[in-house]
Amino acid sequence: MAEIGSFVLLLALALSAYSFIAGMIALIFQRQQNPQLAVAGGGSFGGASRAVSDQGSFGAILRQGSERIGETARRAGIATFLAILLASIILVICAFNNDFSIAYIFHHSNRDLPGPYKFAVLWSGQEGSLLFWSLLLAAYGFVLRLRYKVDTRLFAYASVIVAGVQVFFLLLLNFAAHPFAIMQGNIPADGSGLNPLLQYPEMVIHPPMLYLGYVGFTVPFAFALGALIMKYPGEKWIHITRRWTMVTWAFLTCGVFLGAHWAYSVLGWGGYWGWDPVENASLMPWLAGTAFLHSVMMQEKRGMLKMWNMWLVFATFWLAILGTFLTRSGIISSVHAFAQSSIGDWFAWFLLITLLVFTFFFIKNKSHLRSEHKLESLVSRESSFLFNNLLFVLLTFTVLWGTWFPKISELVQGNKVTVGAPFYNRVAIPVALLLLILTAVGPLLAWRKTSLESLKRNFMWPTMGAIVVAIFLMVTPQSWGSVFGLKPWKDISYFYSLMAIALSVLVTLTVASEFYRGGRVISKHTGQGMFASMVQLTHRNTRRYGGYIVHFGVVVVIIGLAGAAFNQDREKEMGYGDKMAIGPYTLICRSYTEDDSPNYESQWAMLDVYKDGKQIGTMTPVRRFYHASQQTSTMPDIRSTLNDDLYVVFEGVNQDNGHPILKAHLNPLVMWIWMGVWIMLIGTVLALVPNAPAPVRVPAAARLEHAHAAPVATGD
Amino acid sequence: MSKSNPPSETRTEAGTMKNVGAPGLASSARRPALSLSKGGNLLRKAAQTILLCAAIIALLGAGDPATRFSEIGHRMMCICGCNQILLECNHVGCPASDGMRNELMAAVNRGDSDSLVEQSFVQKYGPTVLAAPTMQGFDRAAYIIPFVALILGFGLIGIVIRSWKNRPVPAIADGLSPLGGPELDQFRTQARKETDL
Repeated sequence: MAEIGSFVLLLALALSAYSFIAGMIALIFQRQQNPQLAVAGGGSFGGASRAVSDQGSFGAILRQGSERIGETARRAGIATFLAILLASIILVICAFNNDFSIAYIFHHSNRDLPGPYKFAVLWSGQEGSLLFWSLLLAAYGFVLRLRYKVDTRLFAYASVIVAGVQVFFLLLLNFAAHPFAIMQGNIPADGSGLNPLLQYPEMVIHPPMLYLGYVGFTVPFAFALGALIMKYPGEKWIHITRRWTMVTWAFLTCGVFLGAHWAYSVLGWGGYWGWDPVENASLMPWLAGTAFLHSVMMQEKRGMLKMWNMWLVFATFWLAILGTFLTRSGIISSVHAFAQSSIGDWFAWFLLITLLVFTFFFIKNKSHLRSEHKLESLVSRESSFLFNNLLFVLLTFTVLWGTWFPKISELVQGNKVTVGAPFYNRVAIPVALLLLILTAVGPLLAWRKTSLESLKRNFMWPTMGAIVVAIFLMVTPQSWGSVFGLKPWKDISYFYSLMAIALSVLVTLTVASEFYRGGRVISKHTGQGMFASMVQLTHRNTRRYGGYIVHFGVVVVIIGLAGAAFNQDREKEMGYGDKMAIGPYTLICRSYTEDDSPNYESQWAMLDVYKDGKQIGTMTPVRRFYHASQQTSTMPDIRSTLNDDLYVVFEGVNQDNGHPILKAHLNPLVMWIWMGVWIMLIGTVLALVPNAPAPVRVPAAARLEHAHAAPVATGD
Repeated sequence: MSKSNPPSETRTEAGTMKNVGAPGLASSARRPALSLSKGGNLLRKAAQTILLCAAIIALLGAGDPATRFSEIGHRMMCICGCNQILLECNHVGCPASDGMRNELMAAVNRGDSDSLVEQSFVQKYGPTVLAAPTMQGFDRAAYIIPFVALILGFGLIGIVIRSWKNRPVPAIADGLSPLGGPELDQFRTQARKETDL
């Protein structure tokens, strides 16, 4: 099987290289033959350019030849996907067959590993995850090449660029991180096993989601670079890539938060975000991608920020690769245990080459990206997007700066420093709060110009609402819950939390007012109920109102994050009947014991949970010792409510008396984070739904007679 | 927003203090408020009193050994390689965190100042024991650069906005002239009235 896998990988490299080179040759030939093709939408994938008929001439023969080459390049790209899919299937089969002659399977699996985790072996180690990355890229390329008829020329450029990136990953797989490398010496009877931290259901979906996000940004980047190279006219390429970008962003969002949830549920330290370089690596492209999703609207609506958007989409792609470079090169130390190897050098070269290629074409064709529109007013949607982008980019830069600072410090002053949560809390939170203010203000600003009067009118009630909520949180008794009785002057984190909650309320109210005002207009003209009107409003402009729902999801997440300022924890050795109190809860140890299974042996405690004197449940935190890997792992038990999470970890056992040592965390509002993510995803899906057809236009004369014409939905 | 502050003990202490301190604060604030009409000096005095009360409450919390232990402990890293904040290092049998916590507790009980505790830890375990760069020497750059970038960014946006505003209005075909000024504003107001959006 290993030989077949190796051969298939080599075949995939050959196909991908052919797709890249032949595709490039076809484009060059067509460009030389007829530069107008660049703007006519004629394609290297055959078909469209045949309309230009000068058959029989030498030029026509050459063009037909180049079209055929382009078509073979497209098909080679499709075949690359099939080859990489086959290689991935072979690796998974090897994992299920316990083929420990393959080094990767030996290091990441064992005989007693449950089935789903054997499947997850594909992305559990360095070589496999690179193969998986390559597979996802090929899958995106596959879809792209099937949809080439949308715009054959632009898709041909994008296909070549995707093939170029694919060649890099396949070179890595074939020559630097081979997933089918054979074990030296005797074949071991059993494998080393999968890292215990990865033996958790979410790990079966977290990496695919994250990688779908990382890899997916290659597609908008490929379209952007293609459009830049061919001086694509207008903003159509943005319309084409809009859905790609949103879907990719949704995957990345899902991946980032699944990672946070996995850390929360498995690592047992009671938190979900540790500002580890690997976490930062996923956050940076997310922030840059979010900035792109906003600023691209400026280009669509007003033809502005063309150069900026080019750089943003490039930065998003580049940061996704940079993150991979950071975590696999060993340059920055991280708790995420990827083997450190020479592939860091490969990534460094790839980053450099992509930067040079992009910069070259940008300088060459930047005159094509000049925008002509005029900014009419500072108080406008345009300027809010500018500040929005500034803050997103600044946050990205802050995370990048914090991630690299230990290395920079080492170079400058000879010693490393740690850049952990206290740094990010101090630097990033104020910027994030500013961003939240913009999230509230932005939707209330009209394109081109907004009168201060209308801004004041629309902003007054939401602001009053936010202030009332802030005062309410400050004056209410603390016994009501963690975030009540908040005294912002006591600690800067309390101040940040109060600000975050108040601004979240502000955003929520502005979003609600947008729905209300739009719904009221439709209701007035159609006689429908308010809810039905709001549904119709949303359906008429799914992107705008889907976006608002995403904003609402973000504020729900922010409220959840604000709860972290009130976290509590207790640690105690607990014998039978011992009590531990934390917040409103009391834990009583009812039992503790050990258990054994083929994959691991476990120690666990059974605790009765009381609140206000009433038993409300039982919790069983577990600690496991995995036989194959000889490693321990904790499985915290978490009791989640809207108000707080009671999070109990089995930390260990006192060797003298056998009593378990337990740590309990009380983490307020954590559930809001996960709810917010769901809302964000629902909003994104909604934004992807096509708009309902515009209402039938009533002639002016008729409108005067029947004043019941429905309004046309406003733009984004 | 990761945890950076005192966990439960602090919060509980803070809650207790609130019960003691709040009435005092309220009464101090009430007295000058009643005399507001008598002049600006009273208003200033009222503000000073409120600030003083708030500072006393905050300082009372800060002096508590448990609070200090928690605050300093959350500014330190465990050096066992787990990359976790010292007080969040969660594995029993960790070769480092227990000893470090004991040292920290002893230093706090001795009444060592925060900077002295941090210095002694840095001397013993190296600069990576601090969870964030200090405000000294090159470390300051970690904090300054993002804010410099923010200021530069605002400046850049100012320049961009200015250049966009000064850009000539794009020409319109067939001799039509674009609307502007009060006429355009009038149309906008009308459109908003009609759509109510």
